[in-house]
Amino acid sequence: MPLYLNDDQTLLRDTARDFVAEHAPVSHLRGLRDANDTTGFSRDLWREFADLGFTGILIPEAQGGLGLGHVEAGIVLEEIGRNLSPSPFLTTALAAVEALKGTAHADRWFPGILAGETVAALAIDEGPKHNARITLQATRAGNGYRLTGTKQFVHHGHVADLLLVAAQTDAGTALFAVPADAAGLTANPERLADASIAARLTFEGVEVDADAIVGEGDAALTRLLAAARTGASAELVGVGAATLDMTVGYLKQRKQFGAVIGSFQALQHRAAHLYSELEVARAAVLKAQQLLDAGTEAADAVAVAKAMTGLATTLAVQEGVQMHGGIGMTDEYDLGFYMKRARILTELFGDTNFHADALARAAGY
Amino acid sequence: MSDLDQFRQETRAWLEENCPQTMRTPMRSEKEATWGGRNPEYAHPDQKLWLDRMAARGWTVPDWPTPYGGGGLTPGETKILREELARIRARNPLHSFGISMLGPALLKYGTEEQKLGHLPKIARGEIRWCQGYSEPNAGSDLAGLQTSAEDAGDHFIVNGQKVWTSYADKADWIFCLVRTDKAVKQGGISFLLFDMASEGVSTRPILLISGNSPFCETFFDNVKVPKANLVGDLNKGWDVAKYLLGHEREMISAMGLGATGSDALIEAARKGADPLLRAQIALFQVRAQAFKAMSERFIDELKAGRAHPAQPSMMKYYGTELNKTRHELLMAAGGSDALEWESDATHGGAPARTWLRTKANSIEGGTSEIQLNIIAKRILDLPS
Repeated sequence: MPLYLNDDQTLLRDTARDFVAEHAPVSHLRGLRDANDTTGFSRDLWREFADLGFTGILIPEAQGGLGLGHVEAGIVLEEIGRNLSPSPFLTTALAAVEALKGTAHADRWFPGILAGETVAALAIDEGPKHNARITLQATRAGNGYRLTGTKQFVHHGHVADLLLVAAQTDAGTALFAVPADAAGLTANPERLADASIAARLTFEGVEVDADAIVGEGDAALTRLLAAARTGASAELVGVGAATLDMTVGYLKQRKQFGAVIGSFQALQHRAAHLYSELEVARAAVLKAQQLLDAGTEAADAVAVAKAMTGLATTLAVQEGVQMHGGIGMTDEYDLGFYMKRARILTELFGDTNFHADALARAAGY
Repeated sequence: MSDLDQFRQETRAWLEENCPQTMRTPMRSEKEATWGGRNPEYAHPDQKLWLDRMAARGWTVPDWPTPYGGGGLTPGETKILREELARIRARNPLHSFGISMLGPALLKYGTEEQKLGHLPKIARGEIRWCQGYSEPNAGSDLAGLQTSAEDAGDHFIVNGQKVWTSYADKADWIFCLVRTDKAVKQGGISFLLFDMASEGVSTRPILLISGNSPFCETFFDNVKVPKANLVGDLNKGWDVAKYLLGHEREMISAMGLGATGSDALIEAARKGADPLLRAQIALFQVRAQAFKAMSERFIDELKAGRAHPAQPSMMKYYGTELNKTRHELLMAAGGSDALEWESDATHGGAPARTWLRTKANSIEGGTSEIQLNIIAKRILDLPS
């Protein structure tokens, strides 16, 4: 499979690009923030995603979805990143669908996801840094389990219908599908730097049936995280690409010392270096997506994608603000939103250091 | 089974049978590279065996047409061959500026006679080529070159000096940029081929900080070159040169710079590195593996005719900078062992000499700064 988008994928990209730019540009995010919106995204927009079939991109055709893969999901996410569109696409249409696919939970949750009604959230992290340690306890209770512990950095956790919860059982780790209205579960939403909302969740003996288990052992969680990380990487590529576009556009029109500043070699070199880092990151993401879609071993490629997009997009927003000068620091200008979203996406599901470390461990050093 | 699957199976079987075990180990120093030529040097007899076997199948240049010594493989087959060679970590059977630089230019701009005369010998490693581009006052600003070729009826008379001519002292022929019109800068340059054994050609190696002399100064004193050796049109050599430079950058970026060959570094890290060095190596590995994906994408796009024409500049820039970083890290990991200059243990100081050699990567073939200029202007469309 060649490492570029085929014709169908290019068509999808054009559709997604037009749709997202028109319906959820940065002004959409700004509007939600200024209105102090407490949902974190627009449910109307989420239904429009569904109307286009995007929410079912990974759902098999037999279950009413488009039956496409990670490459296609990433195409939509890149446009979401480009426009900073708030939406539960990453957690719901990508990560949750990937985790539930082929399990008994699919029939229950897929129709709502396809309709753009259901929102899923991922309860994975327990501290300020993502790591593999899971302490939320799932203890046997009758025919089911009782969940006790806390999670944080759970995007849409306060409005989700479904929570995918990583927990520790007697037999090891397991992934649970927990309806958000379960008794004993409380969500405390916190607004983050980028105006999105993530919750701290407290599980106080939340009782679930035995069949709430999506998968036992690391496999289900690994599959969910591989999808989520690759998706977050695709979104980061979009954030970086838009930042580069804005910055290069600015270099071409801003005049100082009687010349457009884009004619200055010092700035040309920084922009060209930035372009190179972003292209390399983009290739790494497509590689990971293709391997996931082929069902091939992809752990290293996923780690590389997440780490590399973290590096490249972080550079993009830093260079973007610097090359814009003072205007890049103003709230009125959109660039700051990109810097904030880049920071959140870089932190999500493991930052660059986390994944570089994973790569080193896998290589035996 | 698809045709490609079958091709992969047959290729794998053939390589298993024909690639000597000694050629499946990493090269320990530059001296183990196979360059062919009229006076070939082999550090090990298997080098010749491996070259001859690959050349007999046309697999030193798998995607060239068979009449020119190539394998006539499709892009899909070429990719599979490359993957299968990488799988067994086979050494490059033939290092050659003829393959990576002159060949593509001749395929595009050469006459049928030039193609038939030169390409099969390149493919078989019989003639070793060098590149006469840079001059003392024309490095990155190549269009300022002064070496002249005067029209003398059926031939040219070439006078001037080239510099940084890689392995000119060992090359059999040279592809050379010469000035055929002094009035215009880029429009007065022509592309000539001639035998280094011609009367009036002399070379002098330049000793580098690595203690080696891969580069030479090359002097032309009334060298007689038949007009049939002109490639492309008179005064239009710049087109050929630019096309070739694209391939040179492709070659430099495909030489595994940054992308592959991180094994030695990982091996060093496994033997023990302090936490800071381990972290640096891990972050390097992120970039190197990402660049490997980029290289794959670049080659796929090239084959499909979808690559941006300035993309080789990005590959060259990124790959060479990565390679320099790799060798800095290898030196840091090696400690004093890596500093030995002549010992057997270091195969004649290979780690230190290679480290020093890599510093030229971001200078030769157009400096990193020139590549960034090209990216800025031709990809990002920034103004002059």
